[in-house]
Amino acid sequence: MADITLTIDGKQVTVPQGSTVLEAAQKADIFIPTFCHDPELSRYGACRMCVVEIPGMRNLPASCVTEARDGMEVYTESPAVIEARKTILELLLANHPLDCLTCPKNGDCRLQDYCYYYGVGDTPFEGEHHEYEVEEENPFIVRDMNKCILCGKCVRACAEIQGRGVIDFAYRGVNTKVATIMDVPLSESECLFCGNCVAVCPVGALQEKGLRSQARTWEVEKVKTTCSYCGCGCNFDLNVKDNKVVGVTSCDGDVNGRALCVKGRFGYGFIHHPDRLTKPLIKKDGEFVEAEWDEALSLVAGKMGETKKEYGADSLSVLSSARCTNEENYLLQKFTRAVLGTNNIDHCARL
Amino acid sequence: MSNVTLTIDGIKVAVPRGTTVLDAATKAGIFIPTLCHDPNLEKYGACRICVVEIKGMRNLPASCCTDAAEGMEVYTKSEAVIEARKTILELLLANHPRDCLTCEKNGNCRLQDYCFYYGVKESSFNGIRKNHPIDDSNPYIIRDHNKCILCGRCIRTCAQVKERSIIDFAYRGFNTKVATAMDMPLAESECVYCGRCVAVCPVGALMFKPLKGKGRAFEIEKRPVTCTFCENGCTFDLNVKDGKVIGVTPREPGEGRPLCLKGRLGLELKYCDEPPKPMLKKNGEFVQVPWAEALEIKDLINKIIELD
Amino acid sequence: MTNSIEEISKADYILAIGTNTTESHPIIGLEVKKAIRNGTGLAVADPRKTEVASMAHRHMQLKSGSDIALLNGLAHVIIEEGLYAKEFVEERTEDFEAFKETVSKYTPECVEEITGVPVDILKEVARNYAQAKNAPILYTMGITQHICGTHNVLAVANLSMLCGHIGKESSGVNPLRGQNNVQGACDMGALPNVFTAYQKVGMENVQAKYANAWNVDALPDKVGINIGQMMERAGSNVKAMYIMGENPVLSDPDSNHVAHALESLDFLVVQDIFLTETARLADVVLPATSFAEKDGTFTNTERRVQRVRKAIDPVGNAMPDWEIICNLSSVMGYPMNYSSAKDIFDEISTVTPSYAGMSYERLDNGGLQWPCPTEDHPGTPYLHKDKFARGLGKFSAVDYVPPAEQPDAEYPMILSTGRRHFHYHTGTMTRRTGTLDKYYNEESLEINEIDAQKLGINNGDKVKVTSRRGSVEVKACVGDTVPEGMVFTSFHFSEVAINKVTNSQVDPVSNIPEFKVCAVRVEKYSAKNVS
Repeated sequence: MADITLTIDGKQVTVPQGSTVLEAAQKADIFIPTFCHDPELSRYGACRMCVVEIPGMRNLPASCVTEARDGMEVYTESPAVIEARKTILELLLANHPLDCLTCPKNGDCRLQDYCYYYGVGDTPFEGEHHEYEVEEENPFIVRDMNKCILCGKCVRACAEIQGRGVIDFAYRGVNTKVATIMDVPLSESECLFCGNCVAVCPVGALQEKGLRSQARTWEVEKVKTTCSYCGCGCNFDLNVKDNKVVGVTSCDGDVNGRALCVKGRFGYGFIHHPDRLTKPLIKKDGEFVEAEWDEALSLVAGKMGETKKEYGADSLSVLSSARCTNEENYLLQKFTRAVLGTNNIDHCARL
Repeated sequence: MSNVTLTIDGIKVAVPRGTTVLDAATKAGIFIPTLCHDPNLEKYGACRICVVEIKGMRNLPASCCTDAAEGMEVYTKSEAVIEARKTILELLLANHPRDCLTCEKNGNCRLQDYCFYYGVKESSFNGIRKNHPIDDSNPYIIRDHNKCILCGRCIRTCAQVKERSIIDFAYRGFNTKVATAMDMPLAESECVYCGRCVAVCPVGALMFKPLKGKGRAFEIEKRPVTCTFCENGCTFDLNVKDGKVIGVTPREPGEGRPLCLKGRLGLELKYCDEPPKPMLKKNGEFVQVPWAEALEIKDLINKIIELD
Repeated sequence: MTNSIEEISKADYILAIGTNTTESHPIIGLEVKKAIRNGTGLAVADPRKTEVASMAHRHMQLKSGSDIALLNGLAHVIIEEGLYAKEFVEERTEDFEAFKETVSKYTPECVEEITGVPVDILKEVARNYAQAKNAPILYTMGITQHICGTHNVLAVANLSMLCGHIGKESSGVNPLRGQNNVQGACDMGALPNVFTAYQKVGMENVQAKYANAWNVDALPDKVGINIGQMMERAGSNVKAMYIMGENPVLSDPDSNHVAHALESLDFLVVQDIFLTETARLADVVLPATSFAEKDGTFTNTERRVQRVRKAIDPVGNAMPDWEIICNLSSVMGYPMNYSSAKDIFDEISTVTPSYAGMSYERLDNGGLQWPCPTEDHPGTPYLHKDKFARGLGKFSAVDYVPPAEQPDAEYPMILSTGRRHFHYHTGTMTRRTGTLDKYYNEESLEINEIDAQKLGINNGDKVKVTSRRGSVEVKACVGDTVPEGMVFTSFHFSEVAINKVTNSQVDPVSNIPEFKVCAVRVEKYSAKNVS
């Protein structure tokens, strides 16, 4: 494809034909704020936050849906642009709860980021305020439609990533709202709680229930890892606070991008479940008794050794695990073959 | 010193006699919220957020100024304690601006932390709201009295420096306010902008002006450095955002003395990617001065040039 | 998988057989959905009306266990109509004639008789698959969990070779593996007949290589026994057993038999994160850590090796599995002195040709698909590009055999088992999440409304499912997801330990049990509790 060159804030940028002005600016490391834009979703141009000034064009076009052209001159921080963005923020604030104080998304909210950045602390617009009931009866996702800015990312993620289209815009005008069919709660809809809508929500309208009640956005450390459920091999970030896994959030996975399923995103609770085994157990007179590692390991080593001596190495069998790591499977077969002296090793590959 | 043993939330703790219940709890790994308490300052017991329930005691004592006693039974999370703390937060919120949205302290504010922790979203008290002008009179410190919770930490830390003590409580009752002598703007007071008060403020009442608009706590990584301009060895924090040092803030004064402005300016010059221009007060007005003058090393530089 | 997950969405036509893709492999399901949005044709063969079946352009609702007839029937049409890849068959395969002769018996009419799939649909799918530029076949346990599972897989491979849909992008033969590291466990030689990377036990050079690498005089050269044989011989030839991270009491067929086998051992060690149904039977239980508490790698279904990173310290006194093995080995007189999982991986790459070019440094920049033989090799997105591993692709003529158990007067229905979207395997993890278990807290048995009516069963009634081996009670879910004569449930819930009912008859080659078909009787147990 042919390349074109344009000038953004005085910087020359060369991009492939068909790129948007926003993409060109990003390539030139020029920041343009966005709400409704997402590189993985269809181009939308609804929020207008990304407007820029392009001499010769009528009005301020949204950079996320304007194609870059050869020789174009773009200004991303002109007074008209800044004014437009501030007005957009003020309009959004006119109908947004000012409860950052306790909002679980505080610190990871684009509306807040941009208000801070542009110094918009208040709104001159007074109007109707919605008082939707916060939906939290399912164990996975909290939906607070009072905080929704109608960017439509969740709608598109559900349709375009998850391919389900469980939610869409409903009602009209100021009453417009993202809703399920017949505006029933998610738990009564076809929703499978993959949470991919939560992953794209730029504000506090959609939250991971467990994660957001336990930690604020800046309190967690994120550790990228690979899911331990099915064989897809999705990557995600474990969110850790005080040495506890408090949640899972999307990262850019090799296989999955940001998409996850309900198990991957919300199925981490077993890690800290009280049923976890925390000490070796030895059965004495039919009852398990807690033991120290030394005692347990010597007992196992002794019994394995005795059995081998008495009945031969092939009287021992080992089941390895499709759930454990490669390193552990490797070591266990090495142990079986080199130490126990048998090839009696298998795992539940067939289930 | 002899030890006393007490029970906090069912955990037995032994501490030296004279230890506060708060310190004993901290030792046992039990969290008690505090606003006015500061381990480097004298005991105060004003904010009451650290109240606990102690068997046999009337009311709920403030754990920061109650001495641990032998055999004491302390409950830090009882229903009465939680209710008291929530009420305190609600009372504070009754007169606190709701502008976390753009507040510079967002993400590093104890009032916000505790409101989140205790789920206090609204205040059930409605009353008069303070409407003080913001003191933006000097190039270093912004004072927003509307956000002040009157914990008094700034007053006490300022008083620790010999011959300073330039702020104290003024007025009465609802009108109480932290003020300089004659309630003048900071620029017209004896303040030397060491920033100790800013370092201890638990909310957004005191902020560093050079950092305004440059980033919030969760965007900034703090890297401690020790100042080497004098022998006191005060520690400062380099404020790093997106790999750039955007400012220097005081962390802790050295033993005895105090986080001077000169030290901070010197560190800004040394570490900041774009150090703010130094301003000094001359004839009652702040004016921009050359670095050599601000750091009082003009003579030295001249001499070095001469000798070389 | 011979090919990669991301290639699926770029295919022209997808044939999915015996896979409930969107429920069991949700993220691969997203690729299938993306493909459909891109205009890709989709044919699904499954007795159940799964979500992916409902999205398909053609749903072939075949009778359980009739896959070979269907696959041979597709091949029959393709050969009959001259649609097969003649050049590919000539240059890259062998034994085509024998295969052609076998499938010649599977006329569309005869296939309709066996499978229930109408002639027109069979022909249409055959043509679409053969004429597509790129066409992957996706399959899972619906193919493998039959007594003829191996033959089913061969029939899939035959079809793919016949149309030249292998050795190129967005095509191939793609088993979607059900567990996070089942591919890795096989690659690492946790099998009785091979060392890592499928290097055969008993071959002199292989034995010598490993003896040398592991610094021992000699290694056992007799092929070991598999899990089924272990259970059979437990108490007789097999005296002691060491089980790491598996729960065969719930996951394996005929669980009464498995539990009895484990109980008859002299000594049983189970290493796990929970006191599972299997761990309860152990003499010693060793507490291991979850994936969040250790470093390592998993290999996914597309052969991609990816990092697992330690996020938190072990819970209590639990220990990562690899450390437990190291410590035990040291106590037994063979010190294993690895300081980290990375040390182990470094050793793996020296003895495993397909992993030889991998290292933690490389994996930190993203996963790598084996084979990756050298440090500058980019990994292999799809296999068999110019040549099959064995040289020529071999057609294996296979014939349809009916399932081991057929419905009869006493057990008139077919039971099939599988997975649910909200749960995983034996539920050890998902039923302790505080989320999934809250939302999906009770298992049910899918039953067709016609059968339900005949048996007087209403939605929500408790029913009893009985086979020759045992019975379970479960709530009925009346609908049309299963055809008449069939019932379906999962193996996630120990309250509905369906593997007490399933048949432990296995495929003679792979030893995979026939979970997908057994004969059962369904009776109403008690009416739904209306309160």
